[in-house]
Amino acid sequence: MRIAVCIKRVPDMDVKFRIAGHAKGVDETGLKYDMADFDGYAVEAALQMMEKEGAGEVVVVSLGPDAVQETLRKALSMGATSAIQLKCDEVPFDGFAVASALASELGGATYDLIMFGRMSTDNANGVVGPMVAELLGLPVVTACSKLEIVAGRGTARRELEGGAEFVAFDLPAVVTIDEGIARPRYPSLKGIMAAKKKPLATKPANLPEPRLVIARMDLPPERKAGRIVGEGAAAVPELVRLLQQEAKVLA
Amino acid sequence: MPTFRAPVVDYRFLFRELFDVASLASLPGYVNADLDVLLTALEEGGRFCEDVIAPLNMPGDAAGCRWEAGDVKTPEGFPAAYAALADAGWLSLACDPAYGGQGLPFTLRFAIDEMLYAANLSFAMYPGLALGVYEGLYAHAGTALKELYLPRVVSGKWAGTMCLTEAHAGTDLGLIRTAAVPNPDGSCLLTGQKVFISAGEHDLTENILHLVLARLPDAPPGTHGISMFLVPKFVPDANGAPGARNAVFCRSIEHKMGIRGSATCVLDFDRATGWLVGEPHKGLRAMFTLMNAARLGVGLQGLGLAGVSYGNAVAYARERRQGRSLSGVKDPQASADRILHHADIRRGLLWMRAFVEGARALATWTAFQIDVELRHPDSSVREEAADLVALMTPVIKAFFTDGAFVATNIGVQTLGGHGYIRDYGMEQFVRDARIGQIYEGTNYVQALDLAGRKLPDGNGRMLRRYLAIVRAELAEAERDPNLAAMANAFGAAVNRLSRGAMHLATKGIANGDEVGAAASDFLQIFGYVAVGHMWLRQARVASQRRVTGGKMDQRFYDAKIRTARYFFERMLPQTETLLVTLMSGAGNVMDFDDDAW
Repeated sequence: MRIAVCIKRVPDMDVKFRIAGHAKGVDETGLKYDMADFDGYAVEAALQMMEKEGAGEVVVVSLGPDAVQETLRKALSMGATSAIQLKCDEVPFDGFAVASALASELGGATYDLIMFGRMSTDNANGVVGPMVAELLGLPVVTACSKLEIVAGRGTARRELEGGAEFVAFDLPAVVTIDEGIARPRYPSLKGIMAAKKKPLATKPANLPEPRLVIARMDLPPERKAGRIVGEGAAAVPELVRLLQQEAKVLA
Repeated sequence: MPTFRAPVVDYRFLFRELFDVASLASLPGYVNADLDVLLTALEEGGRFCEDVIAPLNMPGDAAGCRWEAGDVKTPEGFPAAYAALADAGWLSLACDPAYGGQGLPFTLRFAIDEMLYAANLSFAMYPGLALGVYEGLYAHAGTALKELYLPRVVSGKWAGTMCLTEAHAGTDLGLIRTAAVPNPDGSCLLTGQKVFISAGEHDLTENILHLVLARLPDAPPGTHGISMFLVPKFVPDANGAPGARNAVFCRSIEHKMGIRGSATCVLDFDRATGWLVGEPHKGLRAMFTLMNAARLGVGLQGLGLAGVSYGNAVAYARERRQGRSLSGVKDPQASADRILHHADIRRGLLWMRAFVEGARALATWTAFQIDVELRHPDSSVREEAADLVALMTPVIKAFFTDGAFVATNIGVQTLGGHGYIRDYGMEQFVRDARIGQIYEGTNYVQALDLAGRKLPDGNGRMLRRYLAIVRAELAEAERDPNLAAMANAFGAAVNRLSRGAMHLATKGIANGDEVGAAASDFLQIFGYVAVGHMWLRQARVASQRRVTGGKMDQRFYDAKIRTARYFFERMLPQTETLLVTLMSGAGNVMDFDDDAW
């Protein structure tokens, strides 16, 4: 089976973000980057399918500047077979532009399965996978928490509120992956050394004009300091009064 | 529970800007040591330590090891973590590819070791000892033993120990009694008892290889009659699988102040089968090749513990609000300021930071010298590097572990009562750090090794070589007007080091106690100068790069320069006091009647 996994390089979400001077993006100084969380699950799921089959290949694809090569190398060190960088100076916010560039690369090759994370951990639009499917005329299953492929036919489990649904589909297809499918493996030292020798192709990204741009970014307003109204039972009447008259949460 | 964040950013600076780590790839045998590979390895090795190894640290301390009828059960999660460490190749990263290793440089291994020790010292003892056996066999065993045993250590299937100490023979190994009697087939039967054997028995691997010091029947007394033997827990069968159970048994394990997840064993050898490694009666010398590596490793343990304690202390000081800043309220909307605003909290945190980042640079510098010593094509370059490593070994062992005890205590102090109770894990770092000042040769033994052995060797050749490097760095720093004050302070400390060395050389000839009484002060001066050398270099590089642009951001360079300033103004001046006490001579400690104690 030939699997493509599309991965995105995103900032580490544990840090405190600052907005850049132009207010259209985050200040990148001091940020650490890594593969988006859901994309990690997708890579792991793809590798497990390849290992189970004992054959096939996993091609990882990422769109962006040369820095994405680091993310691609990470996927290679986890065990992916080869990598493609679709080179552009910056990743557009418009998911359709990204999907078009990916579809123009992926449509030319014969993949049995094209995989994505359910959404990127930075922008969280979750649209690129379904748009690629649409552009390529393939069936799409989003947010799979389990995936099985038998003889050219796939079954996927999707988590619902209080239940699950099972979806059947024919290959080739596009799937987007939810967490819980498989814990991404740590790249081993042996994998890191092997990755150095695996092919990483760089091609220009075939990006259309974006139809969406970020107009402005805002941080949530600073929370105002709380007020201590008193202590113990003596404070209750005043608290009730404030909740009724100021906060208006009590009738 | 404390968290461990791998110091990847600092290592990126050390590998790319402070030292020319990329040049290692041009040394014979290091073709795989591409800088990209090393940087990725730092990143992913760090993540492995953070996510897989560190979470086992506090529970492992609480549970400890359990001895049951000769078997030892390590804390939950240790066996799986050991297998994961080995499978991923972290265990064997610097081992010879001929035996399944990755053939990567020691410069990377030291960095990964620091992270492992910081994440979980108790756990990291086991791979550390296994690699000790690897190095002992690699350097001294014959081909047959190497081919049988080395691949199994490298793969993580078998682990090992170093069996030196006996109940009556600790520092003085000349006293050991364990006896080895040759068999007609070339093997030996060993009988005796060893104590304080780290990783002597455990459930991490299917076999354990003991490297044992013992005496052959014709051995001369003292240290020149000691030989080294390999005694496997299970004697390998014809296929190299663990076969017959050998007569080496764990009698008990110790209950200790720290590293409670590391099994410290009493081992009984009762006519156990072993094989001589290296030449008869030269075992102590052979064991010293791994002792030296182990001493550097213990220094890295100190560095790791100081680093993890620092990270957690800073995180707490950032959040905890108590009192108001003495220079005026900093956060008027909150009921108190963060303790990070208090001058004395900063004084402590900066002590930790300057110690950790200076020591980390020195460890990396030394590891780089080890790689040159092992791989450089030019023998005179190799010899010089070997001298530098030999000179720095006792300094790193003692100065880093003494510093770690101070640093981890500042860590506790920063959290106040919350540091003293167990929940935050800060007191564990203190307890775990304490052994570093004792094992692999107490810090006094290190000081004697430095002052009594390394200094006189070749009429001070090692020190002369080192001082030439230090003075060259000083001359470079003097060219940068921004560094004038630091260079000035450092120059004075270097002169104190020379004066201390001169005092030892002149007074020590007539009376050995003069060396004994001055050695620890001398080692401390040496440590401050060696770490100061690294701070001067870091300040110089940061000062250049913040102007010309480098790979790190501006704030990183600024912080380096400010930490350097703290080091030169508040830590290095210790050398002044140390020189005064050193010069005061042996009289004030030796002129005391025995019966007055």
